[in-house]
Amino acid sequence: MKRFVFLIALIFAASFAHAIDPLPFKDRAEEVRFQNLTRVLRCLVCQNQNLADSEAELAVELRRQVFTMMQSGKSDAEIKQYLVARYNDFVLYDPPVKAGTLLLWFLPGVLVLIGAGVVFNILRKKSRQPVTAADPEEDW
Amino acid sequence: MTRLIPLLVFIALVGLLAFGIEWNKHHEMFEVPSPLIAKPAPQFTLPLLYEPDKKLGRNDLLGEPYILNVFGSWCPTCQDEHPILTRAVKPLGIKLIGLDWRDAPADGKRWLAQFGNPYDAVLTDPDGHAGIDFGVYMAPESFLIDAQGVVRYKRIGMFTPELIQSELMPQLKTLGQPVTAK
Amino acid sequence: MSPELGQFSLILALLLAFVQFTLPIYGAWRGNATLIGLARPVVAGQAVFVVLAFALLTYAFVTQDFSVAYVAQNSNLSLPWYYRFPAVWGAHEGSLLLWILILNVWTVAVATFSRRLPDALMARVLGVLGFISFGFLLFTIATSNPFLRHLPALADGNDLNPILQDPGLIMHPPMLYTGYVGFSVAFAFAIAALLGGELDIAWVRWARPWTNVAWAFLTLGISLGSWWAYYVLGWGGWWFWDPVENASFMPWLVGTALIHSQAVTEKRGSFRAWTLLLSIFAFSLSLLGTFLVRSGVLTSVHAFASDPKRGTFILIFLGVVVGGSLVIYALRAPKVAGGKAFKFLSRETLLLINNLLFACAAAMVLLGTLYPLIGDALGVGRISVGPPYFGFMFVLLMLPVVCLIPLGPFFRWAMADWRSTLRALRPAFVVAVIAAIAAKLMTHDLPLRGVVGVAASLWVGIGILLYASNRVRTAPRGRRFTPEMLGMILAHFGVAVFLAGVLLVEATSIERDLRAAPKEVVEIGGLGFRFEGVQRTQGPNYIADEGTIDVLQGDSVLTTMHPQKRAYSSGSAPQTIAAIKPGLFSDLYVALGEPLDNGAWSVRIYVKPFVRWIWMGGLFMMFGGFIAATDRRFRTLPARADEKTAAPASNVAQAAT
Repeated sequence: MKRFVFLIALIFAASFAHAIDPLPFKDRAEEVRFQNLTRVLRCLVCQNQNLADSEAELAVELRRQVFTMMQSGKSDAEIKQYLVARYNDFVLYDPPVKAGTLLLWFLPGVLVLIGAGVVFNILRKKSRQPVTAADPEEDW
Repeated sequence: MTRLIPLLVFIALVGLLAFGIEWNKHHEMFEVPSPLIAKPAPQFTLPLLYEPDKKLGRNDLLGEPYILNVFGSWCPTCQDEHPILTRAVKPLGIKLIGLDWRDAPADGKRWLAQFGNPYDAVLTDPDGHAGIDFGVYMAPESFLIDAQGVVRYKRIGMFTPELIQSELMPQLKTLGQPVTAK
Repeated sequence: MSPELGQFSLILALLLAFVQFTLPIYGAWRGNATLIGLARPVVAGQAVFVVLAFALLTYAFVTQDFSVAYVAQNSNLSLPWYYRFPAVWGAHEGSLLLWILILNVWTVAVATFSRRLPDALMARVLGVLGFISFGFLLFTIATSNPFLRHLPALADGNDLNPILQDPGLIMHPPMLYTGYVGFSVAFAFAIAALLGGELDIAWVRWARPWTNVAWAFLTLGISLGSWWAYYVLGWGGWWFWDPVENASFMPWLVGTALIHSQAVTEKRGSFRAWTLLLSIFAFSLSLLGTFLVRSGVLTSVHAFASDPKRGTFILIFLGVVVGGSLVIYALRAPKVAGGKAFKFLSRETLLLINNLLFACAAAMVLLGTLYPLIGDALGVGRISVGPPYFGFMFVLLMLPVVCLIPLGPFFRWAMADWRSTLRALRPAFVVAVIAAIAAKLMTHDLPLRGVVGVAASLWVGIGILLYASNRVRTAPRGRRFTPEMLGMILAHFGVAVFLAGVLLVEATSIERDLRAAPKEVVEIGGLGFRFEGVQRTQGPNYIADEGTIDVLQGDSVLTTMHPQKRAYSSGSAPQTIAAIKPGLFSDLYVALGEPLDNGAWSVRIYVKPFVRWIWMGGLFMMFGGFIAATDRRFRTLPARADEKTAAPASNVAQAAT
């Protein structure tokens, strides 16, 4: 309960910080890169928001940090790695492909393949039976 | 036989969701496991709150285990944790280092004057960079760091007497043994 | 007095629901006409008490009776009167009561408009609906009673969450729930058919209009939610793949597969197992969504207050309803695949692929939504799954669907003439490709998404228009368009509009954070934005900083926008109210940030081309669903002689082949 109260208080405090934070971008391309990068990062304070939209003070700080790293020439991967080393994979909205996420990334594909196999089977069986063309009246 | 597949998949799903409810009872949703566990604590060198000319760094603290407790004058839960630190954590005999995070030094001093200072030393991190290196995202948070400078345990949120018993004490017992990163 | 009356009403409703699900089903099993005949009156009775309870809760809100704890938590003396009505469903307990109310409305509708249904089937359908109502009423009374008192009464309440103080709250939950809950009818028909051993498919014909209407409402509800999030949250987003959004999207995906599968089963007798299972799954996902939102098992911005006790109850109920129905399916589903045969290239095949891909899409969304939980269970640490995963996988799965949609209406049942189809569709293909290339040449930095968006939407849109014109040319007058076909045309056209909206807005939207100084003009997307300053204004229960921004095209002022930051008198968190200038081809969107130095403010400006097409597409799909449901043929007795009234269970085994 106390933790809950703390979170609420933090939200109050955070509302007076700002997500709208004009940064001195070199050019439009850099601004777009920043926007795309901060959109795929999770804010850990307001865990339902991405880093781009969160108003938490920590989010403002981390956005500035991302900006500084971009300016010093770090790549997207390096910036992500910086945050993951401190905050855990959880900070990425794009789950990395590793042992723990193999199921996540490949199960849908496997399901489609199994389904396709089943569909083929059904089609084979149905095609073997005698087929009468449908009455045009029955089209709809 | 294939007609049973949907049922079996559903039973697995219910199992997962039941697990989720159980898990939820013992874990706070906002707790994120720290990637620093079983790794050397990040390097830091920070001025002392009461003696700003003096600095304390990670290497200065080697040789003895300690708990690094992150707090701030802006943090209401830290007020709730404060008496527990004084009454239940300090008597355990382990060194307690405070980290005044994202706080102006004057505010930190005022807060400690008001509530008391249980720490053996207090570091100040006004811009919060050292906290970010530790992966701090809320306060209070506490890190148990062993004599070799390796992070053994992280508490996100305040200590409670139950958590001290169930989580901190077992960690303190294993301080003597080395640990490998996962 | 009246809150206790409300509690009493709920208990009476619970008792009637119990009668509703036990006696008629037993009566249908035993062929007891009296018990069967009980169904409709009991449905009416339960509905009366549910409506009464809901009315009493509404009355408590309207009269601001803060002695009722739920009212005190969700409203406030300063709450404008028009928000007191939707505040009823602003939180967990009240929204549950809304759920139950809507379920009763559906049940009464089914009971009323089904005079021509065989009595035993009707009894079972109403019985199943009664069981669902019973479960929810029990849950409400036991764990989520909205009528609990808080004595002594508080002088003033908390407040309705400011984000909810918006017209969107009036529309979105009721429409969404109408859709969600409406799938219970298809579910009830499927279970009734299984219980009664209906081996023919007449029940599908009866179920179709109900399913189409539910699907249309769900489409509307989801579109409203997306639109609401867009204009209320201030960040220009319209879909976040948030767990609760996914909870409404999964039933929609399965529901889409279901309405198509029902068409095949009704007309050709094939896909009976698919139709049965999809009927069960669509509603199961609705129930699952209810669980996810209220159990606290997942992190979500929408989640109602979490409580393990509530979570456990819903999970048990989920287990009984879905587990029970899957057991019934395993025991009673048709053992032999029926239906008329069809060749490899036929409409049936296309719809089979459709079923497969939509079902896999729903499974993928479920997997991604639950994966953080799976990660905890497997001990692999906290996994975070967000838009990069969902968006990528969803597009991959839907790509084949989009390619095949235009073929659907042209392909005949059983045997399709693929050559003439491709010939007929060639104009659509050519226009799509040429337009995509032209778009890329005209806007050099158009990302791939935009190019694909142009091509895909034209392929689908022109494809369906070509079919419509083909139909006008080839079909005899007066027999050209049935409501079902019209609905299909509208809905598929809606898909094209939706595709254009989504892909183009993602490809071409511009977002800038700026320091706006007074009188300075910033150019974005070919328009000039001139900041005129910020003033204090007052609303009914808030004080706001209101900015003024002129939008210039050349030298003339196109429009003036007024973004606000509101502070509510009840002390709730401040709200950013974005100013939006809607347009058919583009939205302008401005949000106010913080005051900077010298009278300047930070502002965020978006230009969002084609964003409205997303919801317009949804509306077309919704209209398509409603129109298809009006087809009179669904309401008549099937012409085929093989329609039987339900035989007692003991004869089913003999009829199993």
